[in-house]
Amino acid sequence: MLSVITFLPLLVCAILLLLPRALSARAYIQVWIATAAVDLALVVALWTGFDPGEGMQYQQRVRWIPGAGVGYHVGVDGLSLPLVALTCLLFLAVAVYSLKERQRVRSYVCLFLFLQTVSLGLFVAQDLILFFVFFDLSIVGMFFVIAGWGHGERGRAAALKFFLYTFIGSLALLLGFIGLYLAAEPHTFDLVDLTRANPLAGRGAYAGLVLLAIGVGLAIKTPTVPFHTWLPPAHTDAPAAGSAILAGILLKMGAYGFVRIAMPLLPGSWRQYALVIVVVGAVSVVYGALVALAQTDFKRMIAYTSVNHMGYVVLAVGAAGTLAGTDAQARSLAVTGAVTQMVSHGLITGALFLLSGVLYDRGRTYAIDAYSGLAAHTPRFAGVTAVAAFASLGIPGFSGFIAEFQIFTGSLASRTVATAIALTGILLTAALFLRALRSMFLGVPRLPQSIPTGGISDLERTETVPTVTLLAVALVIGVVPRWLLDVIEPASRTVIELVAR
Amino acid sequence: MIWLLISLPLGAGAVLGVTGTRCNRLAPALGVAVAVATLGVAVAAAVTRPQSSAPLFAGMRAGLAVDGLSAFMVVTVAAVTTAVLAFAAGEFGPDENRGRLFGLMLVFSGAMLVTVTATTLPLLLMAWEVMGATSWALIGYWWRRPERVRAADTAFLTTRTADLGLYLAAGAAVAGGAGSLDLRALPDAPSPWLHVITGGVVVAALGKSAQLPFSFWLSRAMQGPSPVSALLHSATMVAAGAYLLLRLHPLLAATGWAGPLVAWTGAVTALFLGVVAVAQRDLKQMLAASTSSQLGFMVLAAGSGGIAAGTTQLVAHAATKSGLFLAAGAWLTALGTKHLPALRGAARTYRLLGTAFTVGALTLAGLPPLSLWAAKDEVLASAYAESTGLYAVGLAAAAVAAVYSIKALWYVTQPLPDDPEAGYDTERDGTRRTARTTPAPLLVLTFAAAVLGVLALPGPASWLKRLVGAPDEPSPKPWEVGLSAGVAFAAAGLAWWWASRPAPVPSPAVRWARGWLHLERAAHTVVVRPVLRLAWALAVFDDRVVDGAVRQVARGGLATARIAGRVDDGIDAAVRQTARGGLAGARLAGRVDDGGIDAAVDAVAAGARGLGRAARRPQTGLLHQYYAQAALGFAVLVLIVLLVR
Repeated sequence: MLSVITFLPLLVCAILLLLPRALSARAYIQVWIATAAVDLALVVALWTGFDPGEGMQYQQRVRWIPGAGVGYHVGVDGLSLPLVALTCLLFLAVAVYSLKERQRVRSYVCLFLFLQTVSLGLFVAQDLILFFVFFDLSIVGMFFVIAGWGHGERGRAAALKFFLYTFIGSLALLLGFIGLYLAAEPHTFDLVDLTRANPLAGRGAYAGLVLLAIGVGLAIKTPTVPFHTWLPPAHTDAPAAGSAILAGILLKMGAYGFVRIAMPLLPGSWRQYALVIVVVGAVSVVYGALVALAQTDFKRMIAYTSVNHMGYVVLAVGAAGTLAGTDAQARSLAVTGAVTQMVSHGLITGALFLLSGVLYDRGRTYAIDAYSGLAAHTPRFAGVTAVAAFASLGIPGFSGFIAEFQIFTGSLASRTVATAIALTGILLTAALFLRALRSMFLGVPRLPQSIPTGGISDLERTETVPTVTLLAVALVIGVVPRWLLDVIEPASRTVIELVAR
Repeated sequence: MIWLLISLPLGAGAVLGVTGTRCNRLAPALGVAVAVATLGVAVAAAVTRPQSSAPLFAGMRAGLAVDGLSAFMVVTVAAVTTAVLAFAAGEFGPDENRGRLFGLMLVFSGAMLVTVTATTLPLLLMAWEVMGATSWALIGYWWRRPERVRAADTAFLTTRTADLGLYLAAGAAVAGGAGSLDLRALPDAPSPWLHVITGGVVVAALGKSAQLPFSFWLSRAMQGPSPVSALLHSATMVAAGAYLLLRLHPLLAATGWAGPLVAWTGAVTALFLGVVAVAQRDLKQMLAASTSSQLGFMVLAAGSGGIAAGTTQLVAHAATKSGLFLAAGAWLTALGTKHLPALRGAARTYRLLGTAFTVGALTLAGLPPLSLWAAKDEVLASAYAESTGLYAVGLAAAAVAAVYSIKALWYVTQPLPDDPEAGYDTERDGTRRTARTTPAPLLVLTFAAAVLGVLALPGPASWLKRLVGAPDEPSPKPWEVGLSAGVAFAAAGLAWWWASRPAPVPSPAVRWARGWLHLERAAHTVVVRPVLRLAWALAVFDDRVVDGAVRQVARGGLATARIAGRVDDGIDAAVRQTARGGLAGARLAGRVDDGGIDAAVDAVAAGARGLGRAARRPQTGLLHQYYAQAALGFAVLVLIVLLVR
C-alpha cells in the first residue's frame, strides 16, 4: 500500500516519458492532477485504516543490499503520516495551480511527479540509506525545477547555489549515517533496528560528532540560521509551484529528520547538546523574523518567514530534549507542536508562495513598493492573501496557532529565556505581514507600469481553488484540531520516551 | 446551548464576511437577525447556566461555561451588539461592503462571547486574539485611506504586544504544574511560575483595556467607523481586559503585589486619561480617552477586590458609551464633523440625538441618580477599603469625568452659531439627516444607561455580589455617596462655567494632554524605530556577512580549485618537460647514435674496406711481381733478424 502510494507518481512519470509526445500541455497537467488526486485518496484510505496507538504501521521490508546492511524498509507512524498527507495535498494543489503552465510541460510534469515520489519516499523511509537517497534526489529534482522554470539567468545561479549548498549538507548527513552504521552491532542502516539498539549510548565524543554531522546536514535543509542563505535566492527565483513545494515539503525533510533520526537514534547527545539546539532555534525565530521585516521583496520576505517558522520547530525539539524542570506533558506538547508546525507551515506558506506567483504573473515584480491598493482591482486576491497572512502570523482559528501555542507552552518550562525571546517572533511576523498588506493591497490604488493597459485580473479558478483549499485545511486544523493531534500525540510521546532513555 | 451561543455569531459572521458585497442588500437584515437570535440564546444561557468542554491539546480542554459573572457579560455583549448593528444598518449605504462590516462585527462580538465564557486559558487566548485581528479589519474598514489602515496596524500590534503576556502565562502555567490551564487552577501554581502567570495576565489585560502605558492605540482606533467604535469601546475588546482581571481576581490576590499594582494602574489611568479627555477638541477622541479613563475604574475595582463593583461599572459604562458613540456617529454622518466647536448647537438641531446625548453625557459625568454615579461609588468603596490614597485618586478621576462630559455637553447644547455650515463637512459630506434606524437603538441604550444604576441599590447589589461570588464586598457608606455626588456636581458646575470662557492659548501641558501624553511617540522612539533599525541592520548583515561568508567559502573553493588547476598545470608542464627532455634525449641519443657510434662503425668499416682495398693491390697475378715481393719480404725478415740479434 505504502509503496504503491510512493511510486505511483514515478510510474506515471515513466509512462509519460515512454509515450510519444502526443498529448497537449493541458492534458499532461490533467494526468498529473488525476495522479495526485488518486494518491491523495489512497492516503486518506491509509489514514482511516491507521491506528494511532499502534506505532509504526503498513511496514514493508525487502532485501536490497544485504551485504551493506541496507534494506528497502518503509512504514508510517504518527510523525510521518501527517507529512505524507501534506505532501499529497500540496502536490495536488500545485498541480491544479499549474494548469496555466505552457513551457515544456511534459518535462515539468514529469519532474514534479518524480519529486512527489521522492518526497513521499523520504517520509516513509525506515532505512537511513533509503532516506539519504530520497534526500539527495529531492535536491536533484528541485535543482532542475528552479534552473529550468525559474526567473532566467538569476534562476540558474540560484539553482546552482541551492544544489551545492544542500548537497554539501547531504554529504554531512551521509557521514553521520555511516558513523551510526559503524557503531551498530551488527552493522545496519535500518532505522527501526538502530532505534532499538541505541548504538551510540555512552560513546561520548564519537556520538557528539555523529550528531554534529547529522545536525548540520539537517540544519542546512531545514534551514536554520546560519545555514539559511541558500533559501532566499532559491525561493525568489524559483517558479511559484517550485517555491510552494520547496517550502512546503522539502524544508520539512530537515525538520522531520530531527524527530525521526536525530532524537531517537542519538538520545544521549541530543540531551547533552539540547541547549545548542534551543539557541539555534530561538535565534532562527527572531533573526528570521527581523530580517524578513526589512525585506522589500514580497517573496523574499515570505522566504525569511520560513526561517522564522522552522525556528519554532527547532526550538521545540531542542526543548523536548531537556529533561530538567519539565514533565512528560510539556515535552510531548513541544514535539506535537513541532510536527503540527511542519504541517501548518506547509499549508500556509505553500498557499502564500502560490499567491506570490499570482502577484508575479500580474505585475512581473515582487517589489512591495511597486504596488498599492491592489484590493481595489483584485478584491479576491487581496482577501485570500490577507487570510493567508493572518494564518501565517499565527492567528487562532488557523493551524499556525495550534502549532505555536503548543510549542510555546511545551518549551517554556525547560527553556524559559529562549522561549520568551522566541515569543517576540509572533509579534514581528504580525508587524511584517501587516506592513506588506498595507503597502501592497490597501491604501490608494497604484499599479506598477509593467501591468498592461488592459488592467489587472483577479484570481482565476485555477488559482483560487488550490490556495483556498490549503487555507481551508489550515482553518479546519485551527478550529477542530483533534483529528490531527490524535494521530501525532502518541507518536510524540514515543519520541520523548526514546529521548529520555 | 453554549456552543450555539458562540457558533451562531462566529459562523454566521464568517459566512457574511466571505460573501461580502454579493448579498449587500440582505446583509444588514441578516446581521441584525443573527444578533437578535444571539441575544435570545444569551439570555437563555444566563438563566440556565450551561457548561461544556471538549478536548483540545494533550491534557488541556476547551471549556465553556456561563457562571454569574459570565451571565452578565454575555447578555451585555449580545445586547450592545444588537443595538449597534441595528444602528449600523441605516448608516451604511448599498455602495459600501456591508457583508464585510456586518460579518466582521458578528465575528468580533462572537469572539468576545467566547472570551467571557471560556473556562480554560487556551480557548480564552484564542478568542482574545481573534478579537484583536477582527478589530484590525474593522478599524481599517475604509482601507483606501492609508492613515486608517495605519491606525488599524497600531491597534493590532499594540494589543498583540500585550497579548504575548497570555502566551507567557499559558507556558508558565504548564511549567507550574497547572497543565489543564483551567482558569480556576491558575492561582494554585507554585512560585516563581505564579508570578510569571500573574504578570503575563496583567500585561495582557492592561493592553487590551488600553490602560497606561498602552492607551494610545485607542486614540488611533477612532479611525474606524462609528458603529465599530461604539462596539469596541463598550462591551467588547477593551472590556475584555477588565473582565479578565475581574475573572482572575483570585490570581491577583495570590501574589500580593498584583492587586495593588493593578489598582493603582487603573486609578492613575482613570485620572490621567480623564485629563486627556478634557483636553480633546474632537468628540470621538474625547469619548475614546474617557473610555480609557472609565475602564481605569473597572481595573481599579478588579485590583482592589470589587468584583461586583467592577461588573456594575462595566455594564453601565457599556450602555452609556455605546449610546454616546452612536450619537456622535449619527452627527458625523449628518453634519460631516466630529470637531467639538463645529458641533455647537447640534443637540438643538437634532432633538432626539441631543436628548440621548444629554442623558448619556450626564451619566458619564457621574451625576446622581444615573447609573455610572452609583457604579463608581461601588468601585470607590472597594478602593477605600484598600487604601485611602487609591480612594482619593479615584475621586479626583470622578471629578475629571464630570468636567469632560459637561464640556462636551456644553458645546452641543449651545445656541447655533450664525454660520453653522462653515464647520461642517470637514471629515466627509454630511447627509443633514439621521437614518430611520438610528432612534430605536439609541433610545434603548440611553434608557439602559440611565437606569442601570439600580444594580447598585442595596437589594440588587447584594444579589449581584452573591451572583459573582463576592458576597463580602464593601458597599459605599452614606458619606461616600454624598461626597461623590457633591464632587460630581461641583465639578460639573465648574466645567460649565469654565467652558463658557474664551479658550486660552494651549500651554505645553495642554498640548501634552491633547496628544494623549505623547505615548505613541514614545512607543515609536523606544520600540518601533530601534526594532526597524535592527531589522535593516540584520538584513544587511545577513546579505554581507552570513551570505558573504558562504560566498567566501564558495570563492575559497573556487580559488583552491584554481590553485589546484595551476598546480595541475605545473605537473602537466613537468610531465611535458620530461617528455620534451625524453624527446631531446632521444634526439641526442639519435644524434650520438648517428654521429658517434654509427660513424665509428662506418669508419671501422671504411678502414677495413681501405685495408682490404690496399691488401688487394699486391695481388696482381704476375709471377715476377710475386717474386720481387717475396724477395723484398725475405730481405726485410733478414734485416729484422740481423737487427734483433
